[in-house]
Amino acid sequence: MKGIEIYVAIAYVILGPIVGGLLDGLDRVITARLQGRVGPPLLQPFYDLRKLLTRRIAPVNSLQMPLIASHLVFAILTGVLFFYGSDILLIIFVLTLASVFLVLAAYSTGSPYSTIGAERELLLMTAYEPMIIIALVGLFGVAKSFDFYAILSSKMPAYLYLPGIYLGLVYVLEMKLRKSPFDLSTSHHAHQELVMGLTADMGGPALAMVELAHWYESVYLFALVLLFFSSSWVSAILGVGFTYLLIILLDNATARVKWELALSFAWIVALVAGAGNLIPFYLISRGSP
Amino acid sequence: MSSIERSPWLIHYDASSCNGCDIEVLACLTPVYDAERFGCIVTGDPKQADIFLVTGSVNHLNAPILKNIYDQMPEPKAVVAIGACAYSGGVFAECYNVAGGVATTIPVDVYVPGCAAKPESILDGVVRAAMILKEKEKAGRKARALARKEGRRSPKRRAGGAT
Repeated sequence: MKGIEIYVAIAYVILGPIVGGLLDGLDRVITARLQGRVGPPLLQPFYDLRKLLTRRIAPVNSLQMPLIASHLVFAILTGVLFFYGSDILLIIFVLTLASVFLVLAAYSTGSPYSTIGAERELLLMTAYEPMIIIALVGLFGVAKSFDFYAILSSKMPAYLYLPGIYLGLVYVLEMKLRKSPFDLSTSHHAHQELVMGLTADMGGPALAMVELAHWYESVYLFALVLLFFSSSWVSAILGVGFTYLLIILLDNATARVKWELALSFAWIVALVAGAGNLIPFYLISRGSP
Repeated sequence: MSSIERSPWLIHYDASSCNGCDIEVLACLTPVYDAERFGCIVTGDPKQADIFLVTGSVNHLNAPILKNIYDQMPEPKAVVAIGACAYSGGVFAECYNVAGGVATTIPVDVYVPGCAAKPESILDGVVRAAMILKEKEKAGRKARALARKEGRRSPKRRAGGAT
């Protein structure tokens, strides 16, 4: 068992962007089909990334590029630690740090749009963090370990024990993956009220790095979803596929909410679905040793 | 090699248009006309855009704004002037405040005819602009390679002169 972790972590660094880009491309194709149009080719995200990397544009200031590069490095590091089976507490810190670097990069430009986008991203971070912590505590309760591989190989159908926590995690994944109704800080869709929000004033290679970091993030977020369905191959494929389609459907079926609603509802969901699932689960599992 | 024609991102600016052409530009993004199948994304941020869509005639107030957006876009870039007003000022050409078409302020690559322009012809203009971008990128790469070659030669000459 020991030794395989490092290969998975290296594979994540190399294959992460390919999987993440394909997830993004498939998302855009499915979204187009849901709206009754042809949509872009499956490989469109890769065309976009290659174009962005060749664009020759001066950064807004000397701080922007190092901050965005740090965002990318820490997004990769989060996934590497996750797949290496490190302490989950450390992973949460690194995950938060990656987002903080992006927020700092947006603040550094001084554009009013990216400033508001950065403020909204901070609000979203406060909204989704509690639920992610509850999800990890719940998975610990099922597998008695914070290790990715220990949870994966525990063969416990976590979705049966933690249905509320799973729903809460899907709810906050909408925020983390920048999907409607929680795409407050930035959005790929045309005509949002904040121009490009968080990514305003990031052109060419800077935006390419943000995109790349987003692909890396989406891979380990779906790996987190996988932990809920790791009891068998069939349930893993069906569970992750269902979650992916559900998130795309919600993205297309909902309108963007105001930040007050996003923040308060995320905490209500974390409290009701998350803690409401966690407390009975702990009481029952303590009662039957 | 080039990938710019596969993902031309757009930015749209309404210089004193009657909104007729603007509604048609927005119609290009709807499921009926589906501009995204060509890889188009409307960004709203000039630093991320490749093709600049301009509707309406240019007047003395918005000419600096038009120039400002154009200057912020990275090279290579293409400008699509949409409708009769963007070509010559259209029915507003004789107004005391109108300077004329878009070409009075920034260089235009593609003119889309119509009053208002049809979504099909706007999409045609965007695809043509993407082809022009491809040519411009190729020319730019050639020019940079030439400049590098010149640059490699000239310092040697200068060094030779100093000794």
